[in-house]
Amino acid sequence: MYGRKVKLRFFFIILILLTLILSTFLILKSLEENVVYFQSPTEIKALYEIDKKKIRIGGMVKVNSISMAAKEIKFIITDFKNEINVTYSGVVPNLFTEGKGVVAEGYLKDKNFFLATKILAKHDENYMPPEVKAALEEK
Amino acid sequence: MFKYFEPNKIFSVTSKAPKYVLILFIVVLSIGLVEALILSPEDYKQSHSVRIMYVHVPAAWISLGIFSTITFLSIVGYIFKIRNFFLISKSLAPSGFVFNVIALVTGSIWGKPTWGTWWAWDARITSMLILALFYALYLVAWRIYEDKDKAFKITTIITILGIINVPIIKYSVDWWNTLHQPASINILSKSSIHVSMLFPLMIMTAAFALFSLLIFLMKYNTELIKIKNKGLNRL
Repeated sequence: MYGRKVKLRFFFIILILLTLILSTFLILKSLEENVVYFQSPTEIKALYEIDKKKIRIGGMVKVNSISMAAKEIKFIITDFKNEINVTYSGVVPNLFTEGKGVVAEGYLKDKNFFLATKILAKHDENYMPPEVKAALEEK
Repeated sequence: MFKYFEPNKIFSVTSKAPKYVLILFIVVLSIGLVEALILSPEDYKQSHSVRIMYVHVPAAWISLGIFSTITFLSIVGYIFKIRNFFLISKSLAPSGFVFNVIALVTGSIWGKPTWGTWWAWDARITSMLILALFYALYLVAWRIYEDKDKAFKITTIITILGIINVPIIKYSVDWWNTLHQPASINILSKSSIHVSMLFPLMIMTAAFALFSLLIFLMKYNTELIKIKNKGLNRL
């Protein structure tokens, strides 16, 4: 069949791939906390102590929770298990609405209050025309 | 295997093909653009900005597909010493790189009106940027090493290092919390894109694939002409 050299090169490639996959897996596993873009309210509640650093929390904007004062916007981020109250002053993106995904960047005051310095809207993977959405809601 | 291939025979086919591929590309692209920009409906939530998807998603798919292809060809070419495979890989890489950059740029343009930011260091976007860097490394390596055998080895190693990143790109949105939304199209389950939007997406993917094929044929012909000029009948 194939020569000794061909077999050696084949094993060389397999070894490189195995080494790379294993080391990449271990690196990513140990860096998991830094790879995630945001934390959920449940993960915040489970924190041992509150970090003074800037963090991001993400989840759904709770329905009927947005209240706009003079300059401030207050709303609740929920992951349907735990909730966090967010205060923010500034412009929100167009897709920021109740019942939709959101990522807030800022500082934790305590485990229930979050001072946001930036609001990002997170949208889901569903795409459809408005008529279809209306028809779905009627059902 | 294919160790002994005749550049003249291949060239007689590949030098005529670009004409027809170009015509087909223009036809498919026109249909795709009309579908994507005019006929397809707006999204219930994003309204017209959803149209960026028809460029963004096919570009990302093609760049991932081309990187996987050049890795496969380089590894097989390295193990069995098939030099033709390296020429094919070298000719494929530029269009893959261009589509990778297009995916990053259109993603940024799409991110501003929807997410509210041009850029986020989340897992999907960062891993896509790393892929672009690997493409750049790959292309630069071909220019640095004059010695063919050296270039074959170095580029193979670059593709092997880069291919680890490809499954990470694919699954980043499932493994970690990301700002980027999860995949809408799955082979095994029903896709979450409405049919009226899926159709233009597929046409645009076909158009981009044809464009890659066109650029590939032109690059590959240049490589074949170089071999012919050296007076070699085979590689």
